[in-house]
Amino acid sequence: MSISRRTFLKTSVAGAMGVSALGLDLKPAYAAVRQLKIRNAREYKTVCPYCAVGCGTIAYVHGTGGLNTTNTVIHVEGDPDSPINGGTLCPKGASQMQLAISPRLRKSPMYREPGASEWREVDWDFAMDWFARKFKETRDATFIQQDNEGRTVNRCNGIAWVGSATVANEDAYLITKTMRAMGLTYIDHQARI
Amino acid sequence: MSDTLSIKRISASPSALIPLESLRSGGPVYSKLVDISKCIGCKGCEVACKEWNDLKVEQTSNFGSMQSHQDLSSNTWLLMRFNEVEDGDDLHWLIKKDACLHCEEPGCLFACPAPGAIVQYQNGIVDFNQENCIGCQYCVSGCPFDIPRFDKQTKTVAKCNMCIDRVEAGLEPACVKTCPTNAIEWGIKDDMLAQAEKKVETLRKRGYDHAAVYNPGGVGGTHMMYVVPHGDRLNDYSLPAHPVASPGPLRGLNVFQRIGSYLFGAGVISALAHFLAVGPESPEDHA
Repeated sequence: MSISRRTFLKTSVAGAMGVSALGLDLKPAYAAVRQLKIRNAREYKTVCPYCAVGCGTIAYVHGTGGLNTTNTVIHVEGDPDSPINGGTLCPKGASQMQLAISPRLRKSPMYREPGASEWREVDWDFAMDWFARKFKETRDATFIQQDNEGRTVNRCNGIAWVGSATVANEDAYLITKTMRAMGLTYIDHQARI
Repeated sequence: MSDTLSIKRISASPSALIPLESLRSGGPVYSKLVDISKCIGCKGCEVACKEWNDLKVEQTSNFGSMQSHQDLSSNTWLLMRFNEVEDGDDLHWLIKKDACLHCEEPGCLFACPAPGAIVQYQNGIVDFNQENCIGCQYCVSGCPFDIPRFDKQTKTVAKCNMCIDRVEAGLEPACVKTCPTNAIEWGIKDDMLAQAEKKVETLRKRGYDHAAVYNPGGVGGTHMMYVVPHGDRLNDYSLPAHPVASPGPLRGLNVFQRIGSYLFGAGVISALAHFLAVGPESPEDHA
């Protein structure tokens, strides 16, 4: 049976009209949703750098880690396997990806001279020299070898040291040892504040 | 290949009124459960929402409240609202997670005239497809909870999509996962309802006599339910006591559509009858 062009067109139009008149929806009953943005990302288990709770997190990274590739973090969320937080994160922790990718992130020390109103960027050499000089000046000025009763104490009361929740156990050990060697007694931790 | 989910209703189509039956047995129907009594107002969910959905940052300012933004926007799908209500000498500090409630009978979808711009999936999630949106904002007026927000740049409307991309992949929504106090929970709706009843019971034992589950029947129930410690103060939480999603205008439209279809069918049948009874016209008749 041969169908002429005219018959074909007539039949298709009539068919389409008939179907729409019957109220049939020819669209499939499925719809695409946005693809999971972490679907092909590599997962790195890590720890939130902010407070002392130490929530487990998973960083999702794009990039193969190949020689010519700079990896980029695309998403960070809580690690459900962590006994600390069970996958949850506070608002600061939930935004921790910004610490890695934000263009506002400071990458060098800032310095405001006495009397100046503006902060300015300085390099690390300057900052380390400045810090070492101030540390020595203050220590020299406030170091006490013997207390009022003549007992040898060898302590430096003019400086306090506040550790950070983001340093690892080993760093914390080193900091404590170094500062004790300097004679400091006021050594505390950010998590206690 | 993109991921797919089976659909229940599509805006501006017959399925908006009569939900589509799924070929398969539907699968799990999910719900969020927000226990307001457990919320500490940390706004972790807000941040997680922005991070996951790649929503743009908005400049905020302090307006004398713990609240971060003044209002929801097309870039802020979730907002923790902090309502301060004075009651004599007493001050009630009421916190509410304000986002789409994903109604079983969605007013936005009923009001939408753009086919496929709003879609309800079998799992209960109501999603906006911006590529089909015509920017008419009927959904904004159709929503009994005042959730959808118009975006002036893209001329489309946006709201929380319950992280449908995550749900499809078997993950819980970002806000649920991040909540540090277990105030937001996620699971099958029936389980969540049972959970909610238990929570209400506990609250009542502790002296919250008006504790209630917020799962309003006027919209067929919601897929984000609240456990409200002060169930008698729904207004102060800015939760409507009796929200209604009316498919009214759509039903009218459907009646007209049906009349049109019948008329068209009648026309075809009478033409056929005429052809059979009288036969085709021939040029001689006009001679």
